[in-house]
Amino acid sequence: MLKINNLTAKIENKSILNGLNLEVKPGEIHAIMGPNGSGKSTLANILSGKKGYEISGEINYQDKDLFKLAIEERAHKGLFLAFQYPLEIPGVRTSNFLKTSLNAIRKSNGKKELDALEFLKIVKTKAAELKIDEKTLDRQLNVGFSGGEKKKNEILQMSLFEPKMVILDETDSGLDIDALKIVANGVNTLRNNGRSFLIITHYQRLLDYIKPDFVHILMNGKIAKTGCSDLALELEKVGYNKI
Amino acid sequence: MREKELEKLKDYKYGFTTDIESIKAPKGLNKEVIQFISNIKQEPKWMLEWRMKAFNRLQNLKEPDWQKPKYPKINYQDLYYYSAPKSVSDQPKSLDDLDPKLLETYKKLGIPLQEQNRLNNIAVDAVFDSVSVATTFKDKLTEKGVIFCSMSEAIQKHPNLVKKYLGSVIPITDHYFATLNSAVFTDGSFVYIPKNVRCPMELSTYFRINASETGQFERTLIIADEGSYVSYLEGCTAPMRDENQLHAANVELIALDNAEIKYSTVQNWYPGDKDGKGGIYNFVTKRGACRGKNSKISWTQVETGSAITWKYPSCILQGDNSVGEFYSIAITNNYQKADTGTKMIHLGKNTKSKIISKGISAGKADNTYRGLVDINSRANNARNYTQCDSLLIGNKCGAHTIPYIKNKNSSANVEHEATTSKINEEQLFYCNQRGLNQEEAVSLIVNGFCKEVLQQLPMEFAVEAQKLVGISLEGSVG
Repeated sequence: MLKINNLTAKIENKSILNGLNLEVKPGEIHAIMGPNGSGKSTLANILSGKKGYEISGEINYQDKDLFKLAIEERAHKGLFLAFQYPLEIPGVRTSNFLKTSLNAIRKSNGKKELDALEFLKIVKTKAAELKIDEKTLDRQLNVGFSGGEKKKNEILQMSLFEPKMVILDETDSGLDIDALKIVANGVNTLRNNGRSFLIITHYQRLLDYIKPDFVHILMNGKIAKTGCSDLALELEKVGYNKI
Repeated sequence: MREKELEKLKDYKYGFTTDIESIKAPKGLNKEVIQFISNIKQEPKWMLEWRMKAFNRLQNLKEPDWQKPKYPKINYQDLYYYSAPKSVSDQPKSLDDLDPKLLETYKKLGIPLQEQNRLNNIAVDAVFDSVSVATTFKDKLTEKGVIFCSMSEAIQKHPNLVKKYLGSVIPITDHYFATLNSAVFTDGSFVYIPKNVRCPMELSTYFRINASETGQFERTLIIADEGSYVSYLEGCTAPMRDENQLHAANVELIALDNAEIKYSTVQNWYPGDKDGKGGIYNFVTKRGACRGKNSKISWTQVETGSAITWKYPSCILQGDNSVGEFYSIAITNNYQKADTGTKMIHLGKNTKSKIISKGISAGKADNTYRGLVDINSRANNARNYTQCDSLLIGNKCGAHTIPYIKNKNSSANVEHEATTSKINEEQLFYCNQRGLNQEEAVSLIVNGFCKEVLQQLPMEFAVEAQKLVGISLEGSVG
């Protein structure tokens, strides 16, 4: 699915990633943990195509050179980033945004675009499954949403687009326990043999609900240690310094 | 068609010309030309005198020059003031007699003139260069007593209404372009809604400039009698030409007691090419008088075309408790310039006005909001709320907000809010990550920015306007 080979990244001459290697196979869930400033969000940004980084190394996504794909092309090919800070877009109804996006993705994959009724039926079902209030759909995108509502909205988009490769960038930060369960439930519902997840998190807490196949510790722009889910528990006990 | 032209047409799909035989007045601005226009329209003597009065006045007027967008001097003697398809001057009796080329033109523009292909519930008056070529649904409107016809026809058939109201909101001495229009106006739409009638359909005029070296000077007059309501929409397009063409219209609205007029404009004149060559000078005077108590006039404009847009649709709030509204979207891209806004003149007691302006500037364009809120000493408890938001795309464009407030009444309440922001890179990235390309993302964000204004448009046109917002900004980012 995703193969990162010796990735380095600099921003304004400051090195953030220093030779990162990672392979994510179809159906796997990888958790990435690491102290503040270790490069977790930078990795998410580079994978989704954000500009402004000086990059070297290789990333293959579904056997294609990821760097040759524009941001929206990556999205069309099933790469989805749940944002740490989802953006507000005033005046744009959430349902309109979701429909426009879903249809852009469908169109690029040669599928028929959905009309308003077909779309509403699907999105309402998804919202109900995730226990997300469907009134959200009528509100302006993320405008005046609480932190939890914004994150839940990201999960709704994820389940609607049915991506191949999901990156969750600290989606659990700042969530109460109920919202955390909704997020975890969203991931677990989508989990299957063909879909992979990269879960960036600070806390072991989320991994109580989503059992990862691998846990990586990112320090100084590199993967310092890889283990199974026990590693997160150990980390919670002793902290990054002892790892 | 040559490839280059095809490429251009992609940017402005209304840029084609219609090859049609036309009758023109000789070039130039003089008494003979005015006489020619009046003659060809078989106008009564009072109308010709009215025109001549304006022409005489014009000799003592100078073009205003206080506006921000400057333009090269216009040679008024080098323009045609009258151009009409030959077939129309033979006075077709019905739509079936209309030149197929004209029907084809309007079909290409998406304007249905044949009633059997009617679009929802909209009556259309089509103005081609200097004359009205067709008005649809006349019978259905006549049943309700609604008069909807070309200005030329109104002068013939409803002289009392025309005499009473023409020039009563925009005096013929008003200013250079208004006076010029009064002297040489060729056609336009006329609407009268009788007492207590709610007009049963949207009325719409579609303006098309076709001939080259021709100015378009149309005149629209809408009268809403006591307790009546009408919603009216105008649309505009023109072929792509390297020359700049002048469009100087006058629009007058009159709302009597308890009457309401909703006037919407979707202006998509040819904006010029990417290097700023060609395009329409859209210098228009629009003014409404809320003459009766509890009357209301609401202007909504979506200005996306023209090389220069220079207009201030205004409301004179004479009647007590009358309401004026102005909702505006002005989009400028490439080298386009706009200096637009409104004037709200509060004369009556408890008068209210609301101004919502959204300016979007991209490329090397320059966009100015200029507005006046004037509260007269007699206008007790007058209220105004103004909100001006500007959005910049890129770093080579400009946005300016110039509000004037004159208040002579201490019981008045005037609020003004203004913001200027740049299109947010993070928002664009977010949209891209959700599968939207740069243009789709810009269109979505800008439509959101304009939402308060777009939702004022009649539903039939809102979707079209949303698309237009996106198209006007194509190529502005990235």
